[in-house]
Amino acid sequence: MRRAGDRVPIPLAVLAALGAAFFILPLVGLLARAPWPTAWSELTSSEALTALRLSIVCSLASTAVALVLGFPLAWVYARAAFPGRNLLRALTTLPMVLPPVVGGVALLFALGRRGLVGQWLDQLFGVRLPFTVAGVVVAETFVAMPFLILTVEAGLRGMDRRFEDAARTLGANRWTVLRRVTLPMVAPSLFAGAVLCWARALGEFGATITFAGNFPGRTQTMPLAVYVALETGRRARSS
Amino acid sequence: MKRPIPLLVAVALTATACGGTTQPAGAVSGSVTVLAAASLSSAFKDLGGQFETDHSSVKVDLSFGGSSSLVAQVKQGAPGDVFASADQPNMQALQDASLVGTAQVFARNRLEIVVGAGNPKGIASLGDLARPGLIVVLCAPSVPCGRYTLQAFTKAGQTVKPASQETDVKAVVSKVSLGEADAGVVYVTDVKAGGSKVQGVDIPDAQNVVARYPIALLTESKNGSAAKAFIEFVLSPQGQGILQRYGFLSP
Repeated sequence: MRRAGDRVPIPLAVLAALGAAFFILPLVGLLARAPWPTAWSELTSSEALTALRLSIVCSLASTAVALVLGFPLAWVYARAAFPGRNLLRALTTLPMVLPPVVGGVALLFALGRRGLVGQWLDQLFGVRLPFTVAGVVVAETFVAMPFLILTVEAGLRGMDRRFEDAARTLGANRWTVLRRVTLPMVAPSLFAGAVLCWARALGEFGATITFAGNFPGRTQTMPLAVYVALETGRRARSS
Repeated sequence: MKRPIPLLVAVALTATACGGTTQPAGAVSGSVTVLAAASLSSAFKDLGGQFETDHSSVKVDLSFGGSSSLVAQVKQGAPGDVFASADQPNMQALQDASLVGTAQVFARNRLEIVVGAGNPKGIASLGDLARPGLIVVLCAPSVPCGRYTLQAFTKAGQTVKPASQETDVKAVVSKVSLGEADAGVVYVTDVKAGGSKVQGVDIPDAQNVVARYPIALLTESKNGSAAKAFIEFVLSPQGQGILQRYGFLSP
């Protein structure tokens, strides 16, 4: 049923070209001004590699946490009916509109050394999240998990529930249906949500620097390292 | 407490203006855009307000940011009339590009150790910051305050392992005031602006590093006369008095 491409109406084509240029121009600017002669040595410097490794580890860890906690939340939002569900959904997706720095401060108030929960973590278990790798994962998960929740919830709402009903009538219990029918059917949404979540976590800056601080090898992820390098580089080049 | 003073000055100035004395103040008008280092924000808001009170036809627009970010903005053609930097290298960068006129140092700032109110960890010197178990946050070595901090530690013969290298002074103060960190090293003015949750511990002259703040007219300035008047005001005894209220030292 595939058609051989529609003719694009001219106004649409103009706006689409403008939209594409909006993304392409900054990238071209970046490439045009990049210090090519030193690019390779800078990219493979131990500092950059450390930050890159930390970024990858932390963003993957936060995606894993988001999958474990986010799928159940999405399931509850899509399937369970209880008062205050919409309010709860709004609260758990708030980080999408919250400035990340504010999110970082909120995390400090909750999980910091003097935070509501953080002071008990510190006193009872000796667990301190700020300035640690775990703190980076917490900050990234906080900002990125809503993307997974919303994507998976949409997937769950959009799936044909008759398959689940059929499985139930054939004698499968709820857990088996979830494992053998629901999860495989929403796998594409789970994957899409996880990718969105991972991408957001990888680029996370504000909440990380506020909650986890900035220390090379421990909490300095790639976006933080880039920011610091930009500050230093300007000085080095200009003075 | 702050309000009545500008009002009084305004009344006094209006009175003199009406009295027929020729004030250079009457000569300037329009708007002046001042690009100033983030650490100057409170003091410059006050200075700008006072300048507007003294020159009723002038509007002062203030833009604050890290000195190096402001330098980049000016180089990319950001409009402005006056640039006030937290350090000399950033001013030098604009001078090298012929984007500013002659720079004059208008204030100095000292480093101080910032600790929680009441100094719960009993910190008395830079050396105490090396104590194990203490959570210390410092400015990153790439920003001016981080560079000065390293110089101070070198003078004191200490090496301190920070928990975090913050990208600006305010972040160091907020980590200490939130109780996440036990101590940090910042400017005297930041401790003062940090409120009642933090206090300062003096660093002796022999170990201290003094930051010098230069100010200059941007060559692109569209309103040179008003911009010059603003710079003169910052350097005047009245301007210096305002800066001192925020903890800055005279040049």
